[in-house]
Amino acid sequence: MERPAEGRIHSFQSLGAADGPGLRYVVFMQGCPLRCVYCHNPDTWDPAGGQAYTAAEVVERLRRYRGYFGRKGGVTVSGGEPLMQPEFVGELFRRCREEGIHTALDTSGNGNLQRAETVLEYTDLILLDIKFLTQRDYEEKCRGSLEQAERFRRMAEGRNIPIWARHVVVPGLTDGREHIRALREYLKEWRTLEKVELLPFRKLCLEKYRDMGIPFPLENTPEMDEQALAGLA
Amino acid sequence: MYQGWNGFKPGKWQETIDVRDFIQTNYTPYTGGSQFLAPATARTQRLMKKFQHLLQLEQDLGGVLDIDTHTVSSLLSYKPGYLDREEEIIVGLQTDRPLKRGVNPFGGIKMTRDACRAYGYELSREVEESFQYRTTHNDGVFRVYGEETRAARHCGLITGLPDAYGRGRIIGDYRRVALYGIDRLIEEKRRDKAALARGEMNVETIRLSEELFQQITFLGRLKEMAAMYGIDISLPAANAKEAVQWLYFGYLGAIKEQNGAAMSLGRVSTFLDIYFERDLQNGILTEEQAQEIMDDFVIKLRMARHLRTPDYNELFGGDPMWITEAVGGMGEDGRPLVTKNSYRVLHTLYNLGPAPEPNLTVLWSQQLPEAFKTFCAKVSCDTDAIQYENDDRMRPVYGDDYAIACCVSAMKVGKQMQFFGARANLAKLLLMSLNGGMDEVKNQRVGPEHEPYKGDYLEYGKVMELMDFYRPWLARTYANTMNIIHYMHDKYAYEKTQMALHDTSVHRFMAFGVAGLSVLADSLSAIKYAKVRCIRDPETGLISDFETTGDFPAYGNDDDRVDSIACEQVELFFRELQKHPLYREAEHTLSILTITSNVMYGKKTGSTPDGRKAGEPFAPGANPMHGREKNGALAALNSVAKLSYDVCRDGISNTFSIVPDALGKTEEDRLENLACLLDGYFGKGAHHLNVNVLNRQTLMDAYEHPEQYPNLTIRVSGYAVNFHKLNREQQREVISRTFHTKM
Repeated sequence: MERPAEGRIHSFQSLGAADGPGLRYVVFMQGCPLRCVYCHNPDTWDPAGGQAYTAAEVVERLRRYRGYFGRKGGVTVSGGEPLMQPEFVGELFRRCREEGIHTALDTSGNGNLQRAETVLEYTDLILLDIKFLTQRDYEEKCRGSLEQAERFRRMAEGRNIPIWARHVVVPGLTDGREHIRALREYLKEWRTLEKVELLPFRKLCLEKYRDMGIPFPLENTPEMDEQALAGLA
Repeated sequence: MYQGWNGFKPGKWQETIDVRDFIQTNYTPYTGGSQFLAPATARTQRLMKKFQHLLQLEQDLGGVLDIDTHTVSSLLSYKPGYLDREEEIIVGLQTDRPLKRGVNPFGGIKMTRDACRAYGYELSREVEESFQYRTTHNDGVFRVYGEETRAARHCGLITGLPDAYGRGRIIGDYRRVALYGIDRLIEEKRRDKAALARGEMNVETIRLSEELFQQITFLGRLKEMAAMYGIDISLPAANAKEAVQWLYFGYLGAIKEQNGAAMSLGRVSTFLDIYFERDLQNGILTEEQAQEIMDDFVIKLRMARHLRTPDYNELFGGDPMWITEAVGGMGEDGRPLVTKNSYRVLHTLYNLGPAPEPNLTVLWSQQLPEAFKTFCAKVSCDTDAIQYENDDRMRPVYGDDYAIACCVSAMKVGKQMQFFGARANLAKLLLMSLNGGMDEVKNQRVGPEHEPYKGDYLEYGKVMELMDFYRPWLARTYANTMNIIHYMHDKYAYEKTQMALHDTSVHRFMAFGVAGLSVLADSLSAIKYAKVRCIRDPETGLISDFETTGDFPAYGNDDDRVDSIACEQVELFFRELQKHPLYREAEHTLSILTITSNVMYGKKTGSTPDGRKAGEPFAPGANPMHGREKNGALAALNSVAKLSYDVCRDGISNTFSIVPDALGKTEEDRLENLACLLDGYFGKGAHHLNVNVLNRQTLMDAYEHPEQYPNLTIRVSGYAVNFHKLNREQQREVISRTFHTKM
């Protein structure tokens, strides 16, 4: 067992402009309970991979980037699934709040929900990735649970934390007009929803799958066309 | 009082030559947005069309439209020339025809002769003959150069030295012509000369007296040159159009007289704004007309040309003149020096299309008005044609009326000048240290003899000892070389026009430089943190390659273990240089800047312990080596920001390329994020940033189909180039550089 304040981290990206508002320092956590068919970070699945850092060490790194955050930027913890390491992420966010750094959690809402409150207490924004719209699709196509994501969303709403809903649009899978309409319908009941982001399916990850010697389930699916995506928005 | 000063607030600028005081007393800061700007008029568009036609011709003819091989360029040697006599607002060309180049052999006749030949011309007999009886700067230098300098030059340990052409990097205060008129400037210089004559005559004062004589003569010629265009610049300019014209004549005189490497403009837009504001207030000028004058002025600047050899053009990617104009910044009293005319000069990039010249340089401060920051970010995203330098870092050193010469060299306008000195190759210093003073590529002795590195594996401590032996030698050789060059340049190719537009007593910098910093830092990091085995050439016995096993931290990842090595090496070299007294008591400065010559430096440098193979390009300026940045763009910026500006007062150049998507999803996001990025980087005390916002695919397409991208402008290292003017190798190098993308 690791010490509670240590987390396994896949990598750091010092300039993130796609995961939350402003310029963000992105921490990619290692380990994920899901296996999304379109996952572009298979190298973050294994919870034993990556490198161990204490929250203090990560904050030390973060401090070097404060000057870039401006009024909107901050840290985004992504993954992998950050909720697999709630103690660490909670501790990291607690320290960030002490320092006045804006915190965003990029999550599927699946993970250790018993301990998720420790994270939410110090979370300023949630980027909640809704994978599919039915429990069956969740089970079949990402080995996750819509019900858990729902529960997590309500926990966040209970704390009045703003949420950006994200949804990966995959040709032939999640790009139907009907599907997107249903998504919007479903999101209507989200009380703290601030923004909906439709993310295009990309295949930049192909090389990673090849390097890891595992098949990419959507190898033959085309990338999502940007214009078609704009048409859905 | 002069009539031209009507409506200006009086001040001490009227008693003495003090342009800064005039600006501070009279300018109107502007904190609003860009909505007031006017588009190009039909006239401007017609002129641009004509100009573009000439540019096309010039390119079709291999880069030079025409050369006058009979006339030595100076202020009065050509009849007036026009782009379009009827339609031009601002007049004056270097020669009698647009884009025709004159010859200027004062720096060195060989360069002039070779350049003529390269383009199918022959330098005329009369010019050859008259220079038989004249010593050029180049002649003088080579009369004195010792063996060590010659060897260091030959092997490329010290390169790019201004010993065969004009040294440049001097900025005349061209604003003085507009504000005071020539007569007043002559009067002041006469007074200074008379005062000097009353004191003791020694080497210094005799030289200065003769220089003043030349300055006065050339101020007179400047007036005559303007008169050839039917314009009398004896007295101060009376309106905005005149102010631009007077100022431009000052600059034109300088580039007719000197073919200096970098002939920068200074900091003129906010000064000129005072004239524009006065005319706008008086109702004698509209915004459209104001913009039209600035557009016309910039067209003239884009027409400036010097005759260079193809080698030179190859090195610098075209034939840049570094007509650098510093825009923005803050005043010492806390008011922004941003005016409407700061916007207008940047807006020429829209009205006339993007282009490398003038080299528009935004002096960035955290305190700049938000609207101006956003506008600059927009100009960067749309044109890739501007660079940024840290005003908050420079203002405490140079005050609030400094400008940038060339790419990154700051100096107080009209009060300070520099002796330009290219750079020493630090990666080669390492290799030479390992090889006991032998050049690793040419197998030739460069430095003094010393026992070469013994043993198969490199040990950090031992390598340091060897470098500590050769570093002082290199610094001494470099300082000696620079002293010779600038003594001779003053003697044989003194910048009379430009120095006439300086105070008589000026402060001089001597600007040394280094190249190959990231290669050196990574190499030393490899030696310290990984295992580096030497591979010796069986024939020469020289260490000519390395086998590096294991990981080592690379510069560009915000990792102090290696970043501190980079900082230390720069400081060690600078402290060594400082030990040598300099010509005319110049102050030592240092830059980390390569321009595009990082490709050539790489060519001349053997394999290095960081894994770079012999002949492969260096990273430009202070950039990390491409492909070694693993933690994203900001980590790379943070590494560069650690280099001390106090050690590198001549500038630290960093070129940054990012794909639009990585900067944000919408244009609004991108502009705001770019402004945050600049605030963050400069907030860390960093000095300079070139910004390119474009996709690698664009460059690859331009590489394959140059004809479809005639105006693709990109920032390289302290300046911008037309992508199509880079040679194929440089283009490939630019494409291979790190483009920061999102994960």
